[in-house]
Amino acid sequence: MKSEDEPIRIGVFVCHCGTNIGGVLDCEGLTEYAATLPNVVFSDHNLYTCAEIGLKTIKEAIEEHNLNRVIVCSCTPRTHEPLFRSACEEAGLNKYLFSFVNIREQCSWVHMKKPEDAFEKAKDLIKMGVARATKLEALETIVVDVDPSALVIGGGISGMNAASNLSKQGFKTYLVEKEKNLGGLLNSLYRLFPNDQESSELLKDIESRIQADKNITVYTSTMITSIDGFVGNFEVEINQNGNSIRIKVGAIIVAVGATPLKPINLFGYDGKIRITQFELENVLKNYSLNANNIVMIQCVGTRNEERMYCSNFCCMSALKNALIIKEKNPDVHIAILFRDMHTPGIAYEEYYRRARESGIIFIKYSPEKPPIVEENKIKIYNEYLGTEIIIPYELLVLSTPLIANEDNKQIAQLLKVPLEENNFFLEAHVKLRPNDFATDGVYIAGSAKWPVDITESISQGYAAAARASTILSHDTLEVEGATSYLPEEYKDLCRGCEICLKLCPYKAIRKNEKDEIEIIQVLCKGCGVCGASCPKKAIKIKHFTNEQILSEIYALGGKELP
Amino acid sequence: MNFEPKILGFLCNWCSYAGGDLAGVSRIQYPPNIRVIRVMCSGRVDPKFILSGLQVGIDGIIVMGCHHGDCHYLEGNYEAEVKFKMVKLLLSLVDLQDRIHLEWVSASEGVRFGEVVTSFTESIKKLGPSPLSGENFDQQLLEKLKAIELAAGGERLRALVASKRIIMEEGNIYGEKISQEELDEILISAIEDEFLRQQILLKLKNEPLSVKDLSQLLNIDSSVILKHIISLKARNLIDYIKIEGITPFYQKL
Repeated sequence: MKSEDEPIRIGVFVCHCGTNIGGVLDCEGLTEYAATLPNVVFSDHNLYTCAEIGLKTIKEAIEEHNLNRVIVCSCTPRTHEPLFRSACEEAGLNKYLFSFVNIREQCSWVHMKKPEDAFEKAKDLIKMGVARATKLEALETIVVDVDPSALVIGGGISGMNAASNLSKQGFKTYLVEKEKNLGGLLNSLYRLFPNDQESSELLKDIESRIQADKNITVYTSTMITSIDGFVGNFEVEINQNGNSIRIKVGAIIVAVGATPLKPINLFGYDGKIRITQFELENVLKNYSLNANNIVMIQCVGTRNEERMYCSNFCCMSALKNALIIKEKNPDVHIAILFRDMHTPGIAYEEYYRRARESGIIFIKYSPEKPPIVEENKIKIYNEYLGTEIIIPYELLVLSTPLIANEDNKQIAQLLKVPLEENNFFLEAHVKLRPNDFATDGVYIAGSAKWPVDITESISQGYAAAARASTILSHDTLEVEGATSYLPEEYKDLCRGCEICLKLCPYKAIRKNEKDEIEIIQVLCKGCGVCGASCPKKAIKIKHFTNEQILSEIYALGGKELP
Repeated sequence: MNFEPKILGFLCNWCSYAGGDLAGVSRIQYPPNIRVIRVMCSGRVDPKFILSGLQVGIDGIIVMGCHHGDCHYLEGNYEAEVKFKMVKLLLSLVDLQDRIHLEWVSASEGVRFGEVVTSFTESIKKLGPSPLSGENFDQQLLEKLKAIELAAGGERLRALVASKRIIMEEGNIYGEKISQEELDEILISAIEDEFLRQQILLKLKNEPLSVKDLSQLLNIDSSVILKHIISLKARNLIDYIKIEGITPFYQKL
């Protein structure tokens, strides 16, 4: 390892990339130019610097000329930086003392018709690269151990499948459920679409597998009380009936599910003859139904100002339950009052077709003219007929959405993960990372994120387990050295405004017990927003320091860095 | 003479730099004036970088980041935007605002990358050389730009800008949410104040001056100068070192 105090000795390697660069730029000229720049003690050009022979040249030059900075002028760091960095490391040079100058993608290829201007540009870029290299610092990557175990919060269908999957992959898994029993909403369902399987059957199957699994420890009637640590090393405290238990895990999956909305003050809900779709499931279990006229109202308490979202499965629940009733007793009259029916895919659309065939009546209403519920009849303005019609009922079933659990906020705070506007958990990215949180090592599955049906809950349970295993399958994690940090000598500058703490997307900054700002390097991704924002300019961004960036700017301006 | 501007681009690693690479792979041709500094996130672009670039005579500076919602670091580009807006407001005080530009370019927008760079280069060509480069070097402007850099680097503006989104979304420490418009008004007035204060401080660094002197030097009404002198003195940044007749002379501490 090269010492910090040595004089800077830079080696510059210009790549022809066959004719890709060499065909436009005078690479020999650039090599000669590089040699004239301050601190450059060696410069060379190769036909292909990334080829074995090119890498060998770099390694030999590091030895021979005692180089403590290496610059390659070739393609883009986005593809080739790792390769050149490892060549430097093989020759004993810290990989952060390597610097890249892009003279292909952003020079020779885009200025092919102006080779002279492109040459001048390449010279500037090399000059800037050399200025930056002079200010580079060796950095250490941190290696942390990974605890090969996982915590799944929530013992519903999603959480159970996640836990089972993790266990099968060989990871010790803790499954924590706040209720007395596993199963979540499965417990209150009768039959499931799209195969009309009994909910209890599915539940029994997965639950018995979980209970028999020695690799899974189930804690029911248990709450999470504190979560500390970071990816690979979470320390979690749970409380079961007043007993506090501490567990250590490498990854956490949030599968807390969601809660059916009770439509208090909506459409005369009384829980007896005006019930919710979820309550109907319970009625159907024993088939204690003696109504001849049943009306279902869809989108109750949702897709409105208060809750802008569609709860995803309620159309299907209504169709499924209506068909179950029709099968038991084809004489029952069922009307479904809907705003829009959502039945995606072949299997779901089939339910709708069957429902129409079986004589179930569908009446569209608009939110401006909602159904008016009276003692034993409903007045509804029929969009298609353009007139109000009256339907008698003995049972009114209200399809209400799933809403976020009340304790989501508390769990989100413990995990330091965000919630969206309806208090569901918010994933890192809707398409790129749909089952991740931005915080490393924490994943999400099922209706905790958004109301989803059973099939989707199971898929997401698997997805989250697979994502968690990308961490758990490693003994150690190597953490990027280019992170932000608060240098010891700047600690006095910090006045504790906590702006950095709020801006950090990864919650990598916290206040420690001494009320000092502390940056957890393992969590930091090095975006640099905290450093650019700190009112006291106390935070430093390693590998993209102010000094390094300013040195490039001043080099371009042809001025000395003050 | 054909003016070829010197242009500096700050590109975020994940979107815009990748977009620039794609422009290369697609052999999109654009003017060779731009020199690029890669940063991990556009939110890393400290206002100081832009202001230093202008001071060393760069003719135009463009910052590029991911489109809203696409940021690799979730919301770094929003931070880039609030910082950039402040720099733009500050530069409008010395008519340099058109020399800087912020643009969102994704990793798939190779063609657009070329278009953005071309159009920015053209716009700088139309503006002509920077007054801080070449023969017609404007020393007074450089001093003002230094004051702007100090203002932008000062705790007040940095804290205001850095907490802008927090205040808009979560509210201030009293839980009051403040609208974008109100915050912009606060920011504009703070910017004007800080710019003037830094100019006063720079003048008082060199020699002791009276309010009247400062008013003449900076071409600002003496009552406005006095207001800031009082505030600077209250913060122990300046003090009077002599009194001639009844006129106190101030110096930077």
